[in-house]
Amino acid sequence: MLLLILKRIGLGLITLFIVSLITFVGVEVLPGDACTTYLEREAYGAALDTCIKRLGLDVPAYERYLDWASNVVRGDFGYSLSGEMPINEVLGPRVKNSLVLASVSILIGIPLAIVLGIITALWRDKLPDIMISTITIFSMTIPEFISATLLILIVAIWLGWLPGIVIIPSDATFYELLSNIILPVVAISMIMTAHMARMVRSSVIQVMASDYVQMAILKGVPYWKMVFRHVLPNALLPAINVVALTIAWLLGGVVVTEVVFNYPGLGRLVIESISNRDLPVVQALAIILASIYVGINLIADLMTLMLNPRLKSLQIRK
Amino acid sequence: MNEIIESVKDLSIGFNSQKGKQISILRNVSTNIKKGETVGIVGESGSGKSTLALAMMGYIKQGLFPLKGECLFKSEDLLKMSSRQLEKIRGRKIAMIPQNAGQALTPNLKIGYQIDEALKLHTELNKTERDKKISELLNKVRLPSPETMAFRYPHELSGGQQQRVAVAMALAGKPDLLLLDEPTTGLDVTTQAHVLELLRFIAKDTGTSMIYVSHDLGAIAQVSDRIVVMYAGEIVLEGPARKILKEPIHPYTYGLLKSIPKLSLAGLPASMPGSQPQPGSINEGCSFYDRCNLATDNCKKNSPDLEHIKELDTNVRCFNYKELINKNNNLQTSITKKSNNSEANEVLNLKDVSISYAKQKFFDQLLNKISDQNPTVKDINIDIKKGETIALVGESGSGKSTILKSIAGLLKTKDGQIKFENDRILSSDLKMRNPNDLRAIQLIFQNPDESLNPNHTVEQILSQPLKLYFNLSGEELKKNIIDLLKKVRLGEFYMSRYPRQLSGGEKQRVAVARAFAAKPDIILCDEVTSALDVSVQAAVLNLLQQLKEDLGTTYVFVSHDLAVVRAISDRVAVLYQGRLCEIGPSQNVYKFPSHPYTEVLLGAVLEPDPDIKPKLVAEDIVEEKPPEKGCSFQGRCPRKIGDICNSEVPPWQIGENGNAIRCHINIEELASLQQ
Repeated sequence: MLLLILKRIGLGLITLFIVSLITFVGVEVLPGDACTTYLEREAYGAALDTCIKRLGLDVPAYERYLDWASNVVRGDFGYSLSGEMPINEVLGPRVKNSLVLASVSILIGIPLAIVLGIITALWRDKLPDIMISTITIFSMTIPEFISATLLILIVAIWLGWLPGIVIIPSDATFYELLSNIILPVVAISMIMTAHMARMVRSSVIQVMASDYVQMAILKGVPYWKMVFRHVLPNALLPAINVVALTIAWLLGGVVVTEVVFNYPGLGRLVIESISNRDLPVVQALAIILASIYVGINLIADLMTLMLNPRLKSLQIRK
Repeated sequence: MNEIIESVKDLSIGFNSQKGKQISILRNVSTNIKKGETVGIVGESGSGKSTLALAMMGYIKQGLFPLKGECLFKSEDLLKMSSRQLEKIRGRKIAMIPQNAGQALTPNLKIGYQIDEALKLHTELNKTERDKKISELLNKVRLPSPETMAFRYPHELSGGQQQRVAVAMALAGKPDLLLLDEPTTGLDVTTQAHVLELLRFIAKDTGTSMIYVSHDLGAIAQVSDRIVVMYAGEIVLEGPARKILKEPIHPYTYGLLKSIPKLSLAGLPASMPGSQPQPGSINEGCSFYDRCNLATDNCKKNSPDLEHIKELDTNVRCFNYKELINKNNNLQTSITKKSNNSEANEVLNLKDVSISYAKQKFFDQLLNKISDQNPTVKDINIDIKKGETIALVGESGSGKSTILKSIAGLLKTKDGQIKFENDRILSSDLKMRNPNDLRAIQLIFQNPDESLNPNHTVEQILSQPLKLYFNLSGEELKKNIIDLLKKVRLGEFYMSRYPRQLSGGEKQRVAVARAFAAKPDIILCDEVTSALDVSVQAAVLNLLQQLKEDLGTTYVFVSHDLAVVRAISDRVAVLYQGRLCEIGPSQNVYKFPSHPYTEVLLGAVLEPDPDIKPKLVAEDIVEEKPPEKGCSFQGRCPRKIGDICNSEVPPWQIGENGNAIRCHINIEELASLQQ
C-alpha cells in the first residue's frame, strides 16, 4: 500500500516535470521574448540590452530552465514583468480568492448534488424526480455567461439585493469576501450541481437494479437501511473521481464566471497574464494548476482504493 | 406433512406493452406447497418460473404487476401486503437463495455483517449470541475456518463458497420456506454436486419446505419430491418427481427429457423443433401447438385445461396425453452418429504446448520471451485427425479455452508448436499467419449475444467472411448467404433481421453459419451450447453433427458439460489446471479405468433420474494455480498414494481400451479400485 502511494507520488512528480518542460519550451519558441514584449516599441539598442541582462536572457536556455526550476522547487517563481513585483505576491491573494470561491461552492454544491441525485433516483419517474430532473437539465444547458448575466440583472440590478460585480481590496477578510461571492457561487453551483446530480442519479439507479439490492429486499432489510447500507456506499464510489475533477476545475479558476463578476481569482489572472504577455506568471500558473490536478486526482484514487474492498485486497495481494 | 404453507391461486402476472396492450407472462398458475416438501419448478428461459418464485415472496419485478389471483402464505395474501408487513415475512418465514451469489452479496460488506444483518432483523439474540450463531451457520454450510470467514469480503471467496454463504444467510432467520432460484447454475460440476448435497441435507435436517427453480432437470431430479413443469407462463405438468421424470405424459416434458444428453448413452439426443413462443404472441389454442407432434386441429383452436389424473397423482395440460402413457422406454434412445474414419490424416498437431498468462517483465519483453516456471497450460500434446470431433473437458480454470485461443492465434504460446496440415508450423502470432490459414481455422463463441454485432443484419454478418476470403459480391454473394442460411436451417427472410430479433438458438445458428462461411478445415467451438436452453442445445448439436458429416469439418469442442461432450465427440481430452490427465476415444474415457480426476468429474454429473445419485469422491476445493511440481491433481486426488504424487510428474499409461492416463497408480490397479 505504502509502495503504491510512493509510486503514484513519483508518477505525479514526473507529470509535473513534463508540464514544466512543455511550458518552458512553449515560451521559448514563441516569437520575441519577455523583453521585446515588455519594452514594445522601445525594444532596441541599450534599453533592450539592459533588459536582457537584467532578466538573464543572455544565458543558454537549458541553464535558465535549471535555474528557474530550482527556484520553483524552493517556492520562488521569480518576478512578474507587468507588475514588477515577485510573482508570489501577485499569486498570493488570487490563490486565496479562488480558494474561498471554490470551497464555498464545494461545500454547498457537492452535498446538494448528492442529495438531489439520491432523491431523483429513489423516486425515479415520480413527481420529485421529474421536477428536479427538469431543473437540473435546464441549468446544465444554459451557458454560465448567460446564467451569470441574468443573475446580475435580476438580483443586483432589478432587486438590488446584492452587488453586481465584486470589488474587494486584496486584503479583504473572509467575511468581507463572503457577501460578495454569493452570486458567483450560485452561478457556478448551478452547472456543477446539475452535472453531478445527474451522475449520482444514474449510479444509484444502476445499483438499485443490482442483484444484491434485490437480495437485501428479499432478506427483509427495511427500505432506508437498505438504501444506506447496501446502495449508497456502492453507488457513491464512482462519484469520488468526478467530485475530484470538479474540485480541481473549481480551484483552477472558473474563467467565465470570474470575468463576468469581475472576481479577482486565478482564472482571471490566467487571462490577464496571457494578454499582457507576462510569461513568468503564465509559467508559474501552469505549474500550479498542474499540481492541483495531479494532487487532487491522487487523493481521489487513494480514497477509492481505501473504500473499495475489491481494489484494496487486489493491491495487497500484489 | 399435509399442512399447506403456501398456496398460489389462479395467478397471472404481466406488463403493459408499448401499444398499451396487457401482456401476461404468467397465466392462471395455481399450486400448493406443503410443509417439509421440496417442489422443483422447471422450465426453459422465459417460461415464467423465476417470476412465479419471486411472486411467492410477494416480490414483483419492476415493470411487472399482478393481473389477478393471489399468493397465500398461511392464508394471508402476500401480494396485498404493505412493504412493512413483507419485511416481517421475508427472511424470517420465507427466505431466498439467489442464482448468482457472487452478485447477490453486497460487495462492500463483510460476510459476517451480512449474516448478522439477517440475524438482527429476524431473531432476538444479543451480540455475543449472534457472533456464536454466525460461526455456527458458517460451520453448518461447511465453510472452512468459520471464525475468519466472517471477516472476509464476498469477492475473496470462490463461487461455491459464495453460494454457501448465501445459504447460511437464508438459514439465519429459520424460515419455514426456502426459495432457491437456480442456486447451482454457473458453478462447476463438482461444486454443484456438493452444494446440492448440502441443500438436501439441510432440507432433511431442518424440515424446511423448499421451492427449487431451475432449467436443469438433472439438479431438479436430485432434490425434488414434486415437480412443476412450466411452459410459456403456464403449468403444463405437475406431479411426483419420479412419475414426471420417468413417465412424462406431457409432450413438452417428454421432448425435454429426450433432448437432454445422458452419460450412459452415446450418440446425439433427439431435438424438439422450434422454440418457446414469446409472451404476447400466444393466441388461442395450446401454446405448445407449433412444436408438438401429437397436435390435432382441436389443439389449434382450444387451449387445454390442467386436468387432474387421479391414478397417476398428476396434473396435465394436454388433450392427447393418453398417447404418451407407457411410452417411457423411448426416453433412453439417441440418434447414432456416423463416426469418423480413424485412418484419416492429421490436420492439427499440438506439440509440447505451454501457455502463460504471467505479466512479462520489462527485459523479457525486450527479448520477446516469456519466463514463467509454472505456466497456466503446460505440456499439451494432442494430434487431431481430419474430420474428427475432439473435446476438451474440465472445470473452470482447466485451461481448455486457453488452448483454444492459442490454436486460433489469439494467445501466444510460451513453448511448443502448433502444426497444421503436413507439419507446417503455425505462427503463434495472429499477425504472422497467412490469410489462408486464418480462413482455415474458425471460432464459434459461447454467447451469440456478444459475438454477433447488434448493429448488423444477418446478411451483413454473413457477408463479411465471404467478402474477406472469397471476394464475393452482388448476386453471387447473396446466393452464398442464402445457401449458408439453408445449411443451418434458417429461411431466406432471416437476411434482413438483426440479432435482437432472433431467439437464442437462431442467433447461435447464425454464428455457426458465419464460421462455415469461411469454408474452414477446423472449427473451434468454445462452450457453444452452454448459453442455450436444453431443447435448443439438442438442435444445435444435431446441426453441428450434420454439417460435419456433410462437409468433413474437424471440430475442437470445448465444454464443461460431460454429457454434451459424450454426445458429440469422437475423442475426449480431460484437463486439470492446464495439464492433460486423460485422452482417448470417448466411449472409452467414459468407461473405467479412468484418471482419478475423470472419475471425480463423472461422479458429479447430475442425471435427470432420481435413482442415479452423484458420487462425491473429492472435496470441491478451488486451486488458484497449478502445483509447481508433481501431478497436477495432487491437491484434490481421492486416490493419492504418497510423496511421489507431489514430486514427480506421472507417466502416461495406455489402457486396453485405448485411453491414455497420466497417473502414478498402475492402470490395472486403478481398474480394480474403480470397480
